[in-house]
Amino acid sequence: MDLFRAHVLVCCGTGCTSSNSAKIIEQFEQQIPAQGLEKEVKVVQTGCFGLCAQGPIVVIYPEGVMYYRVTPEDVAEIVSEHLLKGRYVERLMAPKHDGAAPSENTSANDSNFFKKQMRVALRNCGNINPEKIEEYIAHDGYQALGKILTEKRDPDAVIQEIIDSGLRGRGGGGFPTGLKWKFASGNRGQGITKYVCCNADEGDPGAFMDRSILEGDPHSVIEAMAIAAYCIDAHQGYVYIRAEYPIAVKRLQIAIDQAREYGLLGENIFDSGFSFDLDIRLGAGAFVCGEETALMRSIEGKRGNPTPRPPFPAIKGLFGKPTILNNVETYANIPVIINKGAEWFASVGTEKSKGTKVFALGGKVNNVGLVEIPMGTTVREIVFDIGGGIPNGKAFKAVQTGGPSGGCIPASLLDTPIDYDNLVAAGSMMGSGGMIVMDEDTCMVDIAKFFLEFTVDESCGKCSPCRIGTKRMFELLTKITDGTGTLEDIDSLEEIALSLKNGSLCALGQTAANPILSTLKHFREEYVEHVVDKKCRCHVCKGLTEYYIDPEICKKCSLCAKKCPVNAITGEVGKVAYSIDTTKCIKCGACIENCKFKAVQKR
Amino acid sequence: MGKQKMTPEEMSAMLDEVLSKYKGQGQKALMATLQQAQEIYGYLPLPVQRKVADALDVSVAEVYGVISFYSFFSLKPKGENAISVCLGTACYVKGSQALLDKLEEQLGIKCGDVTKDGKFSISACRCVGACGLAPVIMVGDDVYGRLTPDEIPGIIAKYKEA
Repeated sequence: MDLFRAHVLVCCGTGCTSSNSAKIIEQFEQQIPAQGLEKEVKVVQTGCFGLCAQGPIVVIYPEGVMYYRVTPEDVAEIVSEHLLKGRYVERLMAPKHDGAAPSENTSANDSNFFKKQMRVALRNCGNINPEKIEEYIAHDGYQALGKILTEKRDPDAVIQEIIDSGLRGRGGGGFPTGLKWKFASGNRGQGITKYVCCNADEGDPGAFMDRSILEGDPHSVIEAMAIAAYCIDAHQGYVYIRAEYPIAVKRLQIAIDQAREYGLLGENIFDSGFSFDLDIRLGAGAFVCGEETALMRSIEGKRGNPTPRPPFPAIKGLFGKPTILNNVETYANIPVIINKGAEWFASVGTEKSKGTKVFALGGKVNNVGLVEIPMGTTVREIVFDIGGGIPNGKAFKAVQTGGPSGGCIPASLLDTPIDYDNLVAAGSMMGSGGMIVMDEDTCMVDIAKFFLEFTVDESCGKCSPCRIGTKRMFELLTKITDGTGTLEDIDSLEEIALSLKNGSLCALGQTAANPILSTLKHFREEYVEHVVDKKCRCHVCKGLTEYYIDPEICKKCSLCAKKCPVNAITGEVGKVAYSIDTTKCIKCGACIENCKFKAVQKR
Repeated sequence: MGKQKMTPEEMSAMLDEVLSKYKGQGQKALMATLQQAQEIYGYLPLPVQRKVADALDVSVAEVYGVISFYSFFSLKPKGENAISVCLGTACYVKGSQALLDKLEEQLGIKCGDVTKDGKFSISACRCVGACGLAPVIMVGDDVYGRLTPDEIPGIIAKYKEA
């Protein structure tokens, strides 16, 4: 085997691929031989490092130097300076921020972004080449499965280990994983068909944890599913994954093929007599298919309508057979629990939420990216220490977790330690791990409307509370943001929200009102402002915003009047300051965009 | 979207190949079949739905039911350059609605429609997963990130000439 003195790791997750990381690899592969280094330096494509805002990211080992926002043009310099002469390219080492820059010039692993994290589910993401099974195996991969199968461990003992670890479902609900397995484990060895499924239908907009795990470490999921199958005596598994994730689908397929080739999937794994195989099923863009019963209907080739529970999938699931369904991140934790023991896993986290949680940190925060923290870390630590705070010196307003089923956590609750129960108490929920930061410019009524528009779109229409309720609530919110709402409308919102919670068939409807309820709880004054004062303090709601030109600042250049599509702006070049006729104005924003002197403003 | 400039005969032959793979497998193969059929045609017109239904031995109503349920399946053809604007939460709070407004204004069509010359179509999508680049739009397979509305006309112009 060839030994290399340096390794160049290039992130090829979706975020970095979108900003051209494939071209960067191409460049490295040209430049390295050009400098005669092809026997000394190896280029590796990896999964996500997590710091997506600074992508494309290149890390060079053994030094562990991280280069940010690398362009294909930078590659020649990195090769000749760093790899040939041993001098770091410092201009690429400082994180670049849009707007005001909190400068922090440290190497990758000591920066705050990584220091407070604990990578368990993401342990291999960014460290190995996900398309090479050998690299996973070298990082203790398939050791847990191997131990269980070759030692012929008692399946009940393995399930007990998972129960003892305290692992709860990472897809959002937080149901104890071990118990789920136990419920499906009855009647082993009697030839009953059972299934093991993986929910990779990450529909929550703004969440990309599962995608990153599948892109960066697909074998960890395959290994865990095989372990689950052994525990309940199943022989077929399905991974249900969004068709919108082409890179993840491709890498997972490569991983499955390689596992088959190595005898880690298929007949008689590890010569133990146990057989298990795995197939991919593609989703087709329906949010409700993240709900377990809907997901199974979709694998069966039907419309993804949820069905009432009980019967639970553990009794009657896919094709009417007992089925285990876990989320990607849940599975990624399993091999670690087997290798390090339940006790170790349970030592991390809070009393009722053990281990770590991956969050997709996004929105108005400097370090947009993927972070994994021990349960019990506070919201403040995530947003300000790991996330690097809010860009452009703006004030923090809220953080939204749980996507369309979750809620907003206001500044007053910044010190809440994150776990399943605390987030519910704060009026939100863990959800799958989307975490969107909002600043003073984000209108909370508009955000509630945004999520409701989403649920109206995605409601499957089967049960009436959800189908009709979400629509009515969306209409009321539209009325309020248009400036024609009344105080009674706010009461109606609360009333409908309650019936939705109690009357809906599945979690989509039961939680659809959460974005409204939590913003009403923490930001009621903004709703009242919209209704009573007819004002949107963030100037987001068009119906409540007026454009005007400050005559003191106006340079009388006439550009705004020329750009106005409805001739609402009048004045005289060089003589009379321009002004907007608000009865004609359609609030398209063309004038603001074109005024170089910031004379056009909103109020 | 779709393979470029295929003749109807070629498309039909490709569809037959896909259908022979899944023939008689029933409903459980429906999603995979439709996904591959859409890859060939770019959308799923009624004649294609009929052929799929026949091959899998399910009713056309069942096929239509599945197509209309999932947003990934399309009953209308897309433009040569299919533009999709990410309206995921991360992009939305960073102003992707303004990008969509600008696109609609520039192309003179609404979200979900195709321009008369068939060159462009606009659709909204929920998260392409490039939240680090928010706000993001995609034109075909090309991703444009960290955009402001005034960059939109330049992007459109690039594809107009091509």
